[in-house]
Amino acid sequence: MSKPPKQHCNDQSEEGSSRRSFLNKLWIGVGVVAVIEFVGIVTAFLRPRKTKAKAGDFGTIIEAGPVEKIPLDSVTAFVRGRFYLARLEDGGFLALSRKCTHLGCTVPWVSREKKFICPCHSSAFDIRGEVISPPAPRALDIYHVFIENNIVKVETGRRIKRTEFRAEHVTYPKKKIDGATG
Amino acid sequence: MPQHKVVPEKLTLFQRICHSIFPGKLRPVIDREGYRRFFNTLILHFRPRRVPERTLRFTLTWGLGGMAVVLVSLLIGTGVLLKFVYEPFPGQAYESILYLQRHVLFGQLIRNIHHWSGNGLIIVAFLHFLRVFFTNAFHSPRQFNWIIGLGLFFIVLCSNLTGYLMPWDQLAFWAVTICTGMLEYIPAAGPWLQKLLRGGPEVGPATLSNFYAIHTAFLPALLIILMPFHFWRIRKAGGLVIPRTPAEDAETGGESVETMPNLILREVVVALVLFAFILVFSMLFNAPLESQANPGLSPNPTKAPWYFVGIQEMLMHFHPLFAFLIIPVLIIVALLSLPYIDYQSHTAGVWFTSFKGRRTALIAALAATIATPLGILADEYIIDFGAWMHGVPASISNGLIPFTLVLTAIAGFYILIKRRYSLTNNEAIQAIFVLFLTAFLILTVTGIWFRGPGMRLIWPL
Repeated sequence: MSKPPKQHCNDQSEEGSSRRSFLNKLWIGVGVVAVIEFVGIVTAFLRPRKTKAKAGDFGTIIEAGPVEKIPLDSVTAFVRGRFYLARLEDGGFLALSRKCTHLGCTVPWVSREKKFICPCHSSAFDIRGEVISPPAPRALDIYHVFIENNIVKVETGRRIKRTEFRAEHVTYPKKKIDGATG
Repeated sequence: MPQHKVVPEKLTLFQRICHSIFPGKLRPVIDREGYRRFFNTLILHFRPRRVPERTLRFTLTWGLGGMAVVLVSLLIGTGVLLKFVYEPFPGQAYESILYLQRHVLFGQLIRNIHHWSGNGLIIVAFLHFLRVFFTNAFHSPRQFNWIIGLGLFFIVLCSNLTGYLMPWDQLAFWAVTICTGMLEYIPAAGPWLQKLLRGGPEVGPATLSNFYAIHTAFLPALLIILMPFHFWRIRKAGGLVIPRTPAEDAETGGESVETMPNLILREVVVALVLFAFILVFSMLFNAPLESQANPGLSPNPTKAPWYFVGIQEMLMHFHPLFAFLIIPVLIIVALLSLPYIDYQSHTAGVWFTSFKGRRTALIAALAATIATPLGILADEYIIDFGAWMHGVPASISNGLIPFTLVLTAIAGFYILIKRRYSLTNNEAIQAIFVLFLTAFLILTVTGIWFRGPGMRLIWPL
């Protein structure tokens, strides 16, 4: 495109410059929209992909076993489900995520000390997932536990974040059967 | 010089081919002068014809910028070779590394060169950064090149981190788990960013393919674009900063000499020596490879890659919000604004700013060398704000309070040293820089050698 003669510009400088500045703004506006679209498409493209989980894998409902098979005051690891099933002394159940709330290391249960101790930055948690020593900023995440036909089941699809342990996190068997621990 | 008229019929086939590639106007390229002119025009695209003789002094640059270029070329060369063997899937990645090491001719050596060049690049780039700071080569007109340099250093760190995951062994898996775990503490965008980078809630197959793409396409492309920009800015600034003693005036430029061969020869020597060093080092020491990644078992202790261990060590002492976000962001902002501060004296080219600057830098280094280990020990065994202030949120008791204490101590040091030695702000800022630098190095050393199982303090011997 050839430039308009200078004379012409000077004659209609007011009108010409306002039209030009309008067009410039339009170009900038279109450019901004294009950039936003581009960023949007890229982030949508990079969005975490979904994977299908098989029964018994992490992400599904996992059967942990009959209530009476799980001893009081114990912690059982479910490797495929990526959680620990903790049974408190009063018979209540808690499904604790194995991920340290500090930076995501896998916390092992040290049965000798009755603590979860993180190997990465030595955070420690008690059997209820409550922080005993920092740097972990909050209690271990939990999964929903429910009991159907006396079978303990854990829903691993949704991790529940919490700051500290509270009584309502614990699931109790509906009615206590005598000799449940037998 | 003799000028030959090119008569196409008289040339041999070889000469004609050469001529078609390098069409010299008058002469065939294959005489000595022709070569020289060819190299001059090719190499000197980034270089002036002549450079000030004093900038050739080895003790100005220590050849560090050139070394970084050599390492980048080595990394690209070996990286392309590795790409032919490596398979970026969790099931195969580790196996393909084993195959590379056991069955591919020179496979182990190529991997070693790539590994040690990558680690070496961090050291070389960091030393280059220190050299530029301490020779005050970041003042106008080099201000923006300082920013580009910081950007390049950030790319180098990201390249190393993304490359760290590739072998998919225990070391890689857990180091990357920790490093991406830190992202969670960025307010608002953190968890989203973490999920995007990992490609899911945890480090897994999607993380590996993301990191692979970033490591082998995105970051190299950025590097290749930014590096020439960095060099071009050097030329725009009229070459390197001219070294001088504190007593000398700034304007004494001195003699200038031909770039070719004076500068080029020195660069080639540095490049060859470094190349030989990397080769010998790679023959002697293998790149580490632990057992295959196991998401169910964190090794004890789990550490970040050594260049992030300083940050990990800070995590032991500060709430993550401060250790990972506030303190690093403050440091980055300080580094970015460094060239734009209004300085009292003109110090470009003087090592450590001035005679007084040398002394105060040493004092700052000593102060940090004493204070940092004491601080680490005190925080490990005595101070426990979390327990002392029960009920106060951890971000305050473990974050804001120790952070404020440290900040007060640094501000106190600044005021004290500035008054005591009546420093210009050039010298005072340098002293603070040295204070931070030394503290960071001590944190890194502590994290690498003085942290044992359970991340408890140990004596390394």
